[in-house]
Amino acid sequence: MTTTSLIVRAATRILVGLLLVFSFYMLLRGHNEPGGGFIGGLVGATGFILYAIAHGCRAAREALRVEPQSIAMVGLGIALLAGVMAYLFGDAPFTGQWLFLWPDPAAGDKGVPLSNILIFDVGVYLVVLGSVLTLVLTLEEEV
Amino acid sequence: MAESSGRTLGGPAGWISILIPAGLFLWFAQFIPAVAAGEVLLWRFNWVPSLGVSVGMLLDGLSLTFALLITGIGALVTLYSASYLGGHTHYTRFVCYLLAFMAGMLGLVLSDNLLALFVFWEITTISSYLLIGFNADEEKSRRNALQALLVTGTGGLAFLAGIVLIGTAAGTFELSEIEGSLVDHALYLPIFWLVILGAFTKSAQVPFHFWLPNAMAAPTPVSAYLHSATMVKGGVYLLARMNPTLGGSDIWFWTLVIFGGVTAVFASLLAIRQTDIKQVLAYTTLMALGTLVMFIGVGTEAAILGAMTFLLVHSLYKAALFLMIGVVDHGTGTREATVLRGLWRKMPVTMVAAMLAAASMAGLPPLFGFIGKEFLYKASLEGPALFWVTGCAFAASALMFACAGVVAWRPFTGKLAKTPVEAHEGPVAMLAGPLLLAALGLGLGLAPNYAEPLVGPATTAVLGAPYAVDLYLFKEVNVAFILSLLTFAAGLALYAWHVRLRTALAHFKPRFDPGWDGLMGAVAAGSKGLTRTIQTGQLRRYIFVTFASLAVVVGYAIWRGGLALEIPEMQELRAKHWSVLIFIMAGALLTAFTNSRMTAVAALGVVGVGVALIFIMFGAPDVAITQLLVEVLQVVLVAVAMLKLPQLNTERVNRLRAWDLALSIAIGAMITVVLLAVMQAPLDLRLTEFFEATSAPIAFGRNIVNVILVDFRALDTFGEIAVVVIAALGAFALLRGTKGERS
Amino acid sequence: MELFIPLMVGAMVAAAVYLMLARNVLRFLFGLILISNAANLVIFASGGLTPEAPPLVALGETLPPEGVANALPQALVLTAIVIGFGLFAFALVLVYRGYQNLGTLYSDEMRLAEPEEHK
Repeated sequence: MTTTSLIVRAATRILVGLLLVFSFYMLLRGHNEPGGGFIGGLVGATGFILYAIAHGCRAAREALRVEPQSIAMVGLGIALLAGVMAYLFGDAPFTGQWLFLWPDPAAGDKGVPLSNILIFDVGVYLVVLGSVLTLVLTLEEEV
Repeated sequence: MAESSGRTLGGPAGWISILIPAGLFLWFAQFIPAVAAGEVLLWRFNWVPSLGVSVGMLLDGLSLTFALLITGIGALVTLYSASYLGGHTHYTRFVCYLLAFMAGMLGLVLSDNLLALFVFWEITTISSYLLIGFNADEEKSRRNALQALLVTGTGGLAFLAGIVLIGTAAGTFELSEIEGSLVDHALYLPIFWLVILGAFTKSAQVPFHFWLPNAMAAPTPVSAYLHSATMVKGGVYLLARMNPTLGGSDIWFWTLVIFGGVTAVFASLLAIRQTDIKQVLAYTTLMALGTLVMFIGVGTEAAILGAMTFLLVHSLYKAALFLMIGVVDHGTGTREATVLRGLWRKMPVTMVAAMLAAASMAGLPPLFGFIGKEFLYKASLEGPALFWVTGCAFAASALMFACAGVVAWRPFTGKLAKTPVEAHEGPVAMLAGPLLLAALGLGLGLAPNYAEPLVGPATTAVLGAPYAVDLYLFKEVNVAFILSLLTFAAGLALYAWHVRLRTALAHFKPRFDPGWDGLMGAVAAGSKGLTRTIQTGQLRRYIFVTFASLAVVVGYAIWRGGLALEIPEMQELRAKHWSVLIFIMAGALLTAFTNSRMTAVAALGVVGVGVALIFIMFGAPDVAITQLLVEVLQVVLVAVAMLKLPQLNTERVNRLRAWDLALSIAIGAMITVVLLAVMQAPLDLRLTEFFEATSAPIAFGRNIVNVILVDFRALDTFGEIAVVVIAALGAFALLRGTKGERS
Repeated sequence: MELFIPLMVGAMVAAAVYLMLARNVLRFLFGLILISNAANLVIFASGGLTPEAPPLVALGETLPPEGVANALPQALVLTAIVIGFGLFAFALVLVYRGYQNLGTLYSDEMRLAEPEEHK
């Protein structure tokens, strides 16, 4: 299913990039503002689907470089690892572990937060992205 | 058979199967002095603490007697089997079943916890099923195995219900903790009948007796072990064990005495009717079980003592006789009483075992059987319902005397008759068991005080009160002794005329077995008919029934609950609410009634966007974004799929389905009412408040929804994304993995 | 305000049930979408409705402002939406594959596993 409209084809090149950047933005800001792995993953998937509509499924797969079902599985693995990680720190699985880099208490800055929670959310992002793309691309190619 | 296989005693499997019970027998034997001194040994560890199931081992006189019988006879039977079946292709399998049964039976008699007891009870049922059906290529074996499983399994379920009620009534599942009697408890009657059902099916009392003779389809060692010495006594064990708790009431007395007595006499009559000597023995086993049940029912001290003595007596001689029949079958190729004659010259050792065991069965002095019978008579003459109990005991004993003659006297005496196989003596391993057991019957008869350390504590355990035992062969000429003499006279007469009696009884065919087949047939036909009625194979029908059931249940709940609903005022609604309300309702209705699929998809989109608007209106931006994105993806997917799918209605007219419509409206209305009620109920916000209070300070996240998703409830989320992956992979496999061939 | 959502949900459920009882499995799918939406709304509404105050904590604060929306049902509904999408997609592929293999969209005619009995 490809569209021949030149405008759509030209516009998608820019739009897809924007959507992908936006999806990362949604993922990263999710802990404090509306967003998160689910929404980010859906936005990212929408971007690639748009690309597939404009340039065809093969082009979308090439742009993706990796099989979407592998993305989903890797995401699931990352989420699991993030959960199991808590064991290493002696907590129950899926307990949050935080590390703040370069804090500056004087300025009221906690520092750059690193956590397994973010890793878990990245896993969710990849699962949603991979699963949705698996569904849509496979169905499109079948038809 | 062992000779032909070239394996000594069945190889390693055989050795192991003999050594385990023999070792256990010795281990249990060390407790005899302690138990005889009146001790009750108790070991315990927790198994399922949440259900109060602990595996406790209770060793008192009753369980020790059973444990010694199980392991002792078990060792002899496995020794016998190693020779009898050692060359069989599936000998190892047989050994596994037999050991599983042994473990189950030991657990059954040793368990202190009733729930654990039930588990072991079922293990014996299942292993019995496997052993009866051991010759699985025979139709009859399979059918009889299934019959035994169903009858005892049904009883087992009743027993389980009884156990649960006992736990409720007594407040504990531990046998050692149940104090006093439950006779006056409100739940006594249901408990009584449920336990009785379990015990009567297991111990094959009339009218559930028919499975036991059929169970003789099993190999002979199994018949000797499970279906005479141990498993079928499980019901007797249960009644004996429950005697202090459930015994002593009128209904207990009459039920046990009447059913036990009827079983004893009825089974003896059926026994004399048989020509297959294994079947004769099977029916005399029924008779023994009936006698035991009857005397436990009588419940006096003397009756329990008699029953416990007889239990030991019967296990010894009956196992010996069954094993002996295996040797005869093996040595001559037949078990027909009409064929077997004059084997004494060819099988002298077998004859010694057979005669000794049969003499014990006939109750002849100086064997242990005589003591057993004397003590039963003594108890029946002193106890209540004197004429019924004594009459039943007398009739059964006399018939048993005749049966002993049929089984052990006639085949060995007289002139040698021609048998299918040239008659020859059995191998040593097969003779050891019957000889030893029969000799024990003689030894305990001559020195009965050696049986006292077992019989005494067993009687004490059943009575629930200490009781001093004195077993003796002969003290004085009394009524019981005269009754014994009369028994011998009657028995001799019956034996003399047994062939004529058998012919006369040939017409006496109780129709229990055909009745069973009829019942099974009716169940099968009934379920087939029911399936055909309910399972039409039409998806719509199933969905309709599901929704209709929902409507009935919820409707009933609304009606009974008497919901006091306040009809809220609509004034608060503003224009934006109204517009969303109208959009969504219109979209839903349009989807339901349009005949164009594109219209339906568009209308669904309207509904989806409307729902997203609601999420935004009520402070849920994350949810709203997700909803919108999913809505877009759904439309893409449907659009792609529709390229290859036909229009909604090509030739069929979309009629209004009145019944479906009525049901839909009913369910919609109910949901409205229920949701109103839910929204008016007070909210428990503790969890939400916890999340609000801890989200920023502890979880370092200011978007509470996302913190819940990836931190507080991350494990749930993990499960949910796993579902998403599985759905995607499933769809992928459906599309790529299968060939799209049209059938 | 309180009657608004229940009425809407009732209408959605009624339409969904009517669709799910149809012969055509495509209509069943439409019913599935509708009833998932309705179910999500039910969960959402059961947690109480609070107009226009998302459950966010302001920067530098430790507690959200008074009267924010209930966060818990939102989290539940969010995952429910995604899972509902997975379910729908799988069902759609099933219908699609079913049509290819059986040549029909009418559930009464899909009798591969339970063929009509000849009496």
